[in-house]
Amino acid sequence: MKMVVVMMIMMVMAMVSEANMIEQTCKETPDFNLCVSLLDSDPRGSSADTSGLALILVDKIKGLATKTLKEINTLYKKRPELKQALDECSRRYNTILKADVPEAIEAISKGVPKFGEDGVIDAGVEAAVCEGDFKGKSPLTSLTKSMQKVSNVARAIVRMLL
Amino acid sequence: MASSESLLPVSSQQDPLSDSRCDSIPESRRRRPIKVHLAIYSGFLLIALYVTLIITHGGSAPKNDVNDDTTVESRARLAGVSEKSNDHIWNLSNDLKGEAFAWNNTVLSWQRTAFHFQPEKNWMNDPNGPLFYKGWYHFFYQYNPNAAVWGDIVWGHAVSKDLIHWLYLPFAMVPDQWYDANGVWTGSATFLDDGSIVMLYTGSTDKFVQVQNLAYPEDPKDPLLLKWTKFSGNPVLVPPPGIGAKDFRDPTTAWKTSDGKWRITIGSKINRTGISLIYDTTDFKTYEKHETLLHQVPNTGMWECVDFYPVSKTKDKGLDTSVNGPDVKHIIKASMDDTRIDHYAIGTYYDSNATWVPDNPSIDVGISTGLRYDYGKFYASKTFYDQHKGRRILWGWIGESDSEAADVQKGWSSVQGIPRTVALDTKTGKNLVQWPVKEIESLRLGRKKFHMKVEPGTVVPVDVGPAAQLDIEAEFKIKKDDLEVVFGDDSVEDDKEFSCETSGGATVRGALGPFGFSVLADQSLSEQTQVYFYVTKGKDSKLKTFFCTDTSRSTMANDVVKPVYGSFVPVLRGEKLTMRILVDHSIIEGFGQGGRTCITSRVYPTKAIYGATRLFLFNNAIDATITASFKVWQMNSAFIHPFSADDLGVPSST
Repeated sequence: MKMVVVMMIMMVMAMVSEANMIEQTCKETPDFNLCVSLLDSDPRGSSADTSGLALILVDKIKGLATKTLKEINTLYKKRPELKQALDECSRRYNTILKADVPEAIEAISKGVPKFGEDGVIDAGVEAAVCEGDFKGKSPLTSLTKSMQKVSNVARAIVRMLL
Repeated sequence: MASSESLLPVSSQQDPLSDSRCDSIPESRRRRPIKVHLAIYSGFLLIALYVTLIITHGGSAPKNDVNDDTTVESRARLAGVSEKSNDHIWNLSNDLKGEAFAWNNTVLSWQRTAFHFQPEKNWMNDPNGPLFYKGWYHFFYQYNPNAAVWGDIVWGHAVSKDLIHWLYLPFAMVPDQWYDANGVWTGSATFLDDGSIVMLYTGSTDKFVQVQNLAYPEDPKDPLLLKWTKFSGNPVLVPPPGIGAKDFRDPTTAWKTSDGKWRITIGSKINRTGISLIYDTTDFKTYEKHETLLHQVPNTGMWECVDFYPVSKTKDKGLDTSVNGPDVKHIIKASMDDTRIDHYAIGTYYDSNATWVPDNPSIDVGISTGLRYDYGKFYASKTFYDQHKGRRILWGWIGESDSEAADVQKGWSSVQGIPRTVALDTKTGKNLVQWPVKEIESLRLGRKKFHMKVEPGTVVPVDVGPAAQLDIEAEFKIKKDDLEVVFGDDSVEDDKEFSCETSGGATVRGALGPFGFSVLADQSLSEQTQVYFYVTKGKDSKLKTFFCTDTSRSTMANDVVKPVYGSFVPVLRGEKLTMRILVDHSIIEGFGQGGRTCITSRVYPTKAIYGATRLFLFNNAIDATITASFKVWQMNSAFIHPFSADDLGVPSST
């Protein structure tokens, strides 16, 4: 009986402190709700330190970039008149996948977070450039806006490592 | 196919509810404890859920209103790389204002510099282990052989007879040991008493721990120092107790102590306090760590690339790192990880207990209002003593201010500043002065002299021909009558609040400024970068001068960082206002008042390129007429190229 009680208490404490780490971290970012939803939804989130949380967000950036590139590809057929802007977006999002994300992962893992900050900031920049190329008539707005928001949250967490 | 034998027969499973476990408790009484257990369990579960819910939603008054703060920062400016950190305002990625520019190869290839050190392609960062040996200046650098962003770091290597004409050599060191498998990072060289070289550098181990390693030339008779041997007993230093495994990097050049040992310092942090650890050694293989620190400053964050060296109080020349004495002050410099700024402070070194005390603690190392080598884009800098010419030379890493997509497209990222001599300003005693090494003058081609009087609110074209590779030396005088009027006139306000960075740039007019040059401008001035003085009348009616660079209109492209940089510059009685500007495609280096205040900037014009680049002189002051006397030289390329047999016959320039 006593064992059960102790286990229950430990379970409560564990749940509370896991919730605490993510919540405490996300409070220091510009988008608390987005931050919590991204980290909570990832199985690694519950046991990650700040570096680990940052890496989860870089992973989200990677996933979002991949998804956006797929969408860009379908748009070539659906909206051929947008080819020029789509080309530029393709270039920009490929940079996120091939340059920003690997740079951020390596830098955060190795303890030189400032290069990780460069990578996650740039992800937001590239998304903004892509969006701007459509001059107000973008078919990608919700995806680019997402990237900007995730980039802002990721940056805030990487800053905590500096 | 699952064998039936793998399944345990049901009857042998311990069923907690089965009769076989109980002894003689009758059934009805057995069930009550179970119900109680279940009730307690559910109760705790509910409590746990409730508590968790409270906590996760208790914090949901988030700082989402920070979006309002972005207007303070956004001024046509992005959250780009190396933004000054500000705890209160996140530099958020915003929607871009202005025109998107579709970078193409023509525009991008113009950006490559002609006479600044940069590798043929890919990413570079910190300068490493600079030294002079057997007739050659050696330069090593952090390099990514695989991409135009940071990663996979090796030591690049180049040599030069004159610090200007560089020749690429093969990599000096690559990550081929467990103790540097994840990166051969920054380090420094020391000359031993017998003239041999030891190199200490940081390795990122296979487990991501930052350690210090020893290496030395494989063949000391090779003047090119092509091959390096790593000490078999590496690492020689690992993070000490209390120091984070990833907060221990960038060992300095060693200096001799009064009892004949060698001493080094390594930057780190404890919580938010930037610190510099001290170690003594006799053989560079085993070390004694001091209990005390060389120095520490609260709230400055991690100290990277610490540098520590003596400067003469009375003479212009450089000093060997081991020099000490009454005629000497010591500089501590550190690169602030948080803000990407290189700060230094002047102070006194006490060899007996390996401590250092700043002359002015209010501008201690890392304090935001303290001194910087450079008020623009300049980081991870490192000095070395050039025993060949008796001077101390400063190298600085100049990163890009554009998007990584552009770097990937153009295939490279980062340059080094032109090496500068650095010494104490013997006239003020309170700051260093830096100046491009004299050898750069060998690139000067032709010269044009100008003497111009510029009325308030005027821009004057300066006809120099091509204007992307220039060396400009200028002297400015404010018309005496105008100065007297300004002083006598109470309605001319004291410019108490002026700061280059926040006062709006070169289009904001004051009584006595801004005035200076518009470089990398196109004919219509739709793109231009202004390098200028802004003179203010201070509270006590004393003049106060600022030296600034405004890149906010340097390009029409909107995916580039375009700040206004600069700082106060001391001007002593009787001195004229002087500035020097080196223009080299996408890099501009400005030196105010003989190098008392220096500003490096990166710019990426889309129109003011190739034959369209122009130079202008401007005076945006309201009340003052300016006279400018200046010389402009075309600058030749340094033709930096891979070393070949022909280069062995290169005579050394004096």
